[in-house]
Amino acid sequence: MTPVLRCAGLTRSFGALRAVAGVDLTIAPGARHALIGPNGAGKSTLFKLVTGTMQADEGRVELAGRDVTGLSEVRRCRMGMSQTLQHSSLFGSMTAAETVELAVQRHNASRISPVRSTRPATRERAEALLADVGLGGRGGVLVPALSHGERKQLEVALALACRPRLLLLDEPAAGMSPAESSRLVELLAGLPSEITVLFVEHDLDLVFSLADAVTVLHLGQVLLSGTPDEVRASEAVREAYLGTGRRSELFGPAAETSGGSDVPAGS
Amino acid sequence: MRTLSALTAAPTRSGGSAPTARRPRRWGALTGALVVVVLATAPLFLAPFATTTLTRILVFALFAVSLDLLVGVTGLPSLGHAGYFGAGAYAAGWVSLNVTAEMPVPLLAGAAVGALAAALTGWITVRSRGVFFLMLTLAIGETLQQVAETWQSVTGGANGLTGIPSTRIAGQPLTNAGFVHWYVLVFFLAGFGLVWMVARSRFGAALRGIRDNEPRMRALGYPTALYKYATFVLAGGVAGIAGALLVAQQRLVTPADLGFTTAAFALLAVIIGGAGSLWGACVGAALVIVIRDALGPSLGGHGTLVLGIVFVVVVYGLPRGVAGLRRLRRNGTDR
Repeated sequence: MTPVLRCAGLTRSFGALRAVAGVDLTIAPGARHALIGPNGAGKSTLFKLVTGTMQADEGRVELAGRDVTGLSEVRRCRMGMSQTLQHSSLFGSMTAAETVELAVQRHNASRISPVRSTRPATRERAEALLADVGLGGRGGVLVPALSHGERKQLEVALALACRPRLLLLDEPAAGMSPAESSRLVELLAGLPSEITVLFVEHDLDLVFSLADAVTVLHLGQVLLSGTPDEVRASEAVREAYLGTGRRSELFGPAAETSGGSDVPAGS
Repeated sequence: MRTLSALTAAPTRSGGSAPTARRPRRWGALTGALVVVVLATAPLFLAPFATTTLTRILVFALFAVSLDLLVGVTGLPSLGHAGYFGAGAYAAGWVSLNVTAEMPVPLLAGAAVGALAAALTGWITVRSRGVFFLMLTLAIGETLQQVAETWQSVTGGANGLTGIPSTRIAGQPLTNAGFVHWYVLVFFLAGFGLVWMVARSRFGAALRGIRDNEPRMRALGYPTALYKYATFVLAGGVAGIAGALLVAQQRLVTPADLGFTTAAFALLAVIIGGAGSLWGACVGAALVIVIRDALGPSLGGHGTLVLGIVFVVVVYGLPRGVAGLRRLRRNGTDR
């Protein structure tokens, strides 16, 4: 089967710092693939290279077997790559519904008319998407009036409105309450298998409850790629996160029972 | 609850982006119809000078509306938009002098040259944003003014184009101020309608998205540079039409018409009116023209000073311009 996403030798430097250094990454169709790693591991840069926001110095990116390395972010999005950003970045003058309509109208069959206004079908689909992410009935609220968690939910609705083949989520649960974050897990787990998900997340509880594959990034390189169990058992991963800390601090039962315990990533 | 929030949300947007609120929309349509009726009947009971002032307001309002499409809707603050207004005016004037003043020709020439000038310069400008866009458009406007001043054989140099014949409709020259007013009114309405339609369309929604957050629009798959370019050219074309209407009214074009002062006055009109609101831009244009042309002479030429004071008052007192007044009032009654 052709992987949905394949990165080979992806490299990007900022001056002397090699933020991403020769990363190979293969995402199988239908996967719920997590990308983890301590702060500064290069996760966000890798994300930008994949989405096309930033061009790679070396290496290639393939989307469903097609080389998209030289293509713009816009083209990649049109080919089925859709993303949410780490810091929610939306439209200050619009309501939640208008925001989603903007994405829906771009990715349905009809073209963007310079004459006609929003079609009822667009409106209905936007409403359905809002309901899917738990924002049903909040469509008329202006984006700045939404709570942080609601904005993150709106980001997901916006990404889904692009009818993605590959959904890229950059810290989707950051700043969410435990209830909001479990609702998000439910939503992501319930996505059809045609949508492959690659997500960056610091909350390891969320990672292990959702992911069926995990890639650990450390200092710009892939430390380990494998199943969640392999990652849990890895000594190298533990060291990367905690230096020479104790294993129980990271994956111990205490961490697993207390909901929403973030990894001490900054340490 | 839902309709209420939609109500309070709707009026910030330009040209009405499909408001869920029905009552204000009907009032808006009614007010609009009333204004059109007053404008259409004005020459019947106004003195020629007042009629001419009204005509000038319409010309300047259409120019301001085209600028508002850039500034308020798309978020591109241009200081060189008078360049396209002036280019359209020169084109209409030149065609009237050298080819024909028969009706659609000067107008089409103005629109075409305005759009063409915008198309030629737009590729550079739409790649920048914010202050850089401002400075680039300023440079282009100044360059166009230099061209107008030095290309003696076509533009008449510093004197401009003088003695431009009246526009003719079916061979009849429009010399009466009232007829000129009606002629300008018809094309003002057409131009306003065009911009209004674009602003409230799906394309217009995308433009507002670009204004709010361009990188996010790119992430959603919108080729934003192309959208901005198309808008820039459209705004240039509408400004060109306004330029052609200017010629029909004052039958004279000078380099000042495409200079910085004209561009700055238009930007002033847009901001006084409330950037993003097309009817607000028209109100702003009316204020600018009334203060500068009608009030200015009686103030010993200090009209600009009054404009400056109005500007400061608006910025502090009405951050959303005149259009923001409606929002205030509506919030007050509905909440």
